[in-house]
Formats: sequence, structure tokens, C-alpha cells
Amino acid sequence: VLELIEQFNVFGAFWLNIRLAAVSFVLAMVLGTVVAILRLAPVSVLNWFGSTYVTLLRNTPLTLIIVFANLGLWAQLGIDMVPRDRPNFILENNFWLAVLGLTVYHAAFICEAIRSGVNTVPVGQAEAARSIGLTFPQSLREVILPQAFRGAITPIGNVLIALIKNTTVAVAIGNREIAYAMRNMIEFRPDAGLLIFLLVAIGFVILTLPVGLLTSWLSTRLAVKR
Amino acid sequence: MSAAQQVLFDLPGPRARRRHLIGGVIGSALCLGLLGVAMVRVAEQGQFEAAKWLPFTESQSWQFYLLPGLLATMRAAAVAIVMSMVLGIVLAMMRMSDIAPLRWATSVFVEFFRAVPVLIMMIFTWVMLVKNPTLREASASLGIQSSDVTFVAVVTGLVLYNSSVICEVVRNGVTSLPAGQREAGLSIGLSPSQVRRLILVPQALTAMLPALVSQIVVITKDSALGYIITYPELVSRTRQLGSANANTFVAYLVVALIFILLNWAITKAAEWLEARQRRRRRTPTPRGVPPVTMETAAPADSLDIPERRP
Repeated sequence: VLELIEQFNVFGAFWLNIRLAAVSFVLAMVLGTVVAILRLAPVSVLNWFGSTYVTLLRNTPLTLIIVFANLGLWAQLGIDMVPRDRPNFILENNFWLAVLGLTVYHAAFICEAIRSGVNTVPVGQAEAARSIGLTFPQSLREVILPQAFRGAITPIGNVLIALIKNTTVAVAIGNREIAYAMRNMIEFRPDAGLLIFLLVAIGFVILTLPVGLLTSWLSTRLAVKR
Repeated sequence: MSAAQQVLFDLPGPRARRRHLIGGVIGSALCLGLLGVAMVRVAEQGQFEAAKWLPFTESQSWQFYLLPGLLATMRAAAVAIVMSMVLGIVLAMMRMSDIAPLRWATSVFVEFFRAVPVLIMMIFTWVMLVKNPTLREASASLGIQSSDVTFVAVVTGLVLYNSSVICEVVRNGVTSLPAGQREAGLSIGLSPSQVRRLILVPQALTAMLPALVSQIVVITKDSALGYIITYPELVSRTRQLGSANANTFVAYLVVALIFILLNWAITKAAEWLEARQRRRRRTPTPRGVPPVTMETAAPADSLDIPERRP
């Protein structure tokens, strides 16, 4: 098995998953926050835009989004994510198309996570902040957002775990990540299939477990006493 | 105004309302502008030409591509839903069992399959069923045709993951029940396993029904992963349809709409169930049982015929 790991570059494959997850997470956080602001804004038109985005993206399968990014956006519309003269154009382009798909899909979930964080703040907190004379930005900065952020840690952690697992879907458009490596390894050594599966599975446990532990530690440590 | 907005904002006065109007106009202009730019770019590529959309008015596209694909998606999802529900409840029973080794083994099983991506399990089952000689023989002796291997792989992946999730949902439901339910069951002489089977799990299932229904959305969406292991479901059929008519872009938009409508309907059903349950839970304490206080407590001599209404 050790030589299999070397031959099929298991660590390189996992590294691609980690890169996909990291880049998509940062971008999804940005996009998700924007959508959350739209959904939480006091203007009902903007709410409508935000919730439409979430409804549309959350109900579409991720596979469809990623395949669409490749076959629809790139092959049909000719949208290149990187300049065409790059030496590894196809590989890099597929990487960024996968990032695009993962980002728009998980941004919907990040938005919901942030919103549920804001929902954990009792209305009394806002009323108390106003009654002691804090202005709107002050009450937001000193009272509401710190509590909302703490409430959002666990749901955002759950989204990150789902995102790490969902990076495997990038194989659908030819990214050579771990699902691809696993398939080749089992086809090469069908007799050691179970071992290879366990190896990959443990890799994912190692990747997702720290996220879960960290978020639950953070959320209990920073928990708001009520 | 929703609950979240009540926390964030005061009720607007005239000036705030004017500000909101301006913000709304600017924000909508930005959103619509982005959408418009995207539309113009898409239109420049000729994606809005009638020829790209006409195939969807022909019965052939539906008869040979979309409906078989949708049927395959629904078939995999339906089988996976039923099996995950059953297995999930069994797992939940095992995880709450009094036999410690059984409990531990189930915990390991559940935590393991929740951490592994569904796709990895699908690919594993698929490649093993095709390549591993022992498994190939075993599946052939079970009467699995080689064309059904991908279906089996899709369902296996979905069931392993979702039954673990449902196990946790049911367990959460049991923990959220009042402790009195369990105590009352034990005090009338039921064994712990009877209490779980007859009292706790049925109530947990009702309480968690909305969560279970939204899990159906997850299963339906994840069945699209079958595309990667060449299961002929809706996404792969769409690809064929798209390349037959040279309208992949449009075809995927239409199919995305089908998925969105399907899942949106299921989500709405879950929300409706939740609202219904909230309504039911709000009903006041059972009628005919007056609150027991010192004054109205039945006197010791009328124990045989409890005086219900004064």
C-alpha cells in the first residue's frame, strides 16, 4: 500500500482537495456575507434578491452546478478562468471552474449560517442597547454582532466540513483529486480495495475532525451566558 | 419584519424609510445590473435563440432523455430514502442500546460514515463491484445485472451516509423529549428497550418529521452524484440531450429548474409540517383535568370517584 500511495500521489491528490476547500471557503465566506446582508437588510426588495439566491442555489445539486460550470460556462460560453496560454491551461481552468461551482453553492449555506447566528440574539439585547442610549452603529458593534458571530461559529463550521467533503465532486470535471486517485488505485489493485477505501476515508476524518473539534471548542469557550 | 431584522433594526421613521427606499433602489439596480450584464453576455453567444429552446417543446427530448433521467433519479432517491429511514431508525435503537459494545460499534459506524464523502463511497462500491472478482461473483449470484451496478453503487453510498445522519436526527429527537416520558414508561413496568421502542422513538419521529423530510432534499440532490459513476440519471441524460441538440447551456438551465422545483416543493412540505406541529403543540393542557392545587385537591374520602368538575 505504501508504494501505491507513492505511485498514485495520494498526498498530492489530497493537497488538491485542501486547496479547493481553502480557496472556495474564503470566497464563499465573502459571497455568503454579501447575500446575508441582502437577506437581513431592512429593504424588502433586497431580502427578495437574497432569498431567491439561496432558494435557487440550495435546491440545485452541486454536481449539476459544477458540470454546468464546465460544459455550460466554459465549453459553450467560452468563459476562461485563467489565460489560455498557461502551460497547464486545462487543469488550472478546471480547478477554478470547480472553485466557482463550490463557491456559489456553499455561499447559500454560509448565508443561512450567518442568518441563524443573528437569530440567536434575543430581541431584548437590542432593546437594552437602545435603551441605554447606544446609537445604531454602536449597538451593532458592541452588542449585537459579537453575539451573532458567536452564534454563527457552529453552523459555519458545519458548512466548512460539508465543503471539504464536497470538494470530491470536482472530479466530475476532471480535477485529479482524491476521488480520482482512489478510483485509479482500486482499478489497479482491486484486491486491496477495502484498504485503499479506508485510507482515503481516514484521510477525510483527519481533515474534518479538527474543524469539528475547533468549532465546538470555540463555540463553548465563546458561548454567551444567557 | 422577520425576527432577525427586529434585532438589527428599529422600526423605521420617515427619514429611515426614505433612506431604505434609496438603498433599495441602488441595491436592486446593482443586482439587476449584474444579472443584465450576464444575460447580455449569454445572449451575445446566441443562447436565447429559439433553436436552442425548441427541443424542449418536442416530445422526443422528454420521452428519451429527460423523463427517463428524472425517473432514474427518483428511483435511486426513493429506494435510498426508504432504506436510510429504516436503517437509520435501527441504528438509532442500537446506539441507545443498553449493551455497551453494540453502542460503541454503532457510534464508530455512524461517525465514520458521516465523515466520509458520499461520492467516495459510491466510487468505492462501483469500482469494487466491477473489478473485484469475489464481489463481482457475489453480486452476480444475487442477481444484480451488470447494468444495475451503478444503481446499486448510488443507493449504497446514499444509504450509508444518510442512515447515519437519520440515526443522529432520531437520537436528537429522543434527547429532546421530556424525561418524564421515559420515567413514566419505566414506572408502569416496561423494560428499557420497550420504552424506547413504544414510547420514545415514535414520539421522536413525529417531533423530527420536518428534519427527516428535509433530509429527503439532501438525498435527491446527492443522487445527482451518480453522474460521476455513469449512472444514467437526470444530469447525465441532460448532457446527452445537450450534445444532441448543441444546447448544453440551455439544457442545464432547464434541468436545474426541474431540480429546484422538485426540492422546493419538498422543502415547503417540511415547513408546512413544522407549522402544523407548532400549532398542535400550542393547544392548552388536556381538557377535563383541572390543575391540582391545595384547594382543589380531592379530599381523602372521595378517592373512588374523583370529583372532576366542581
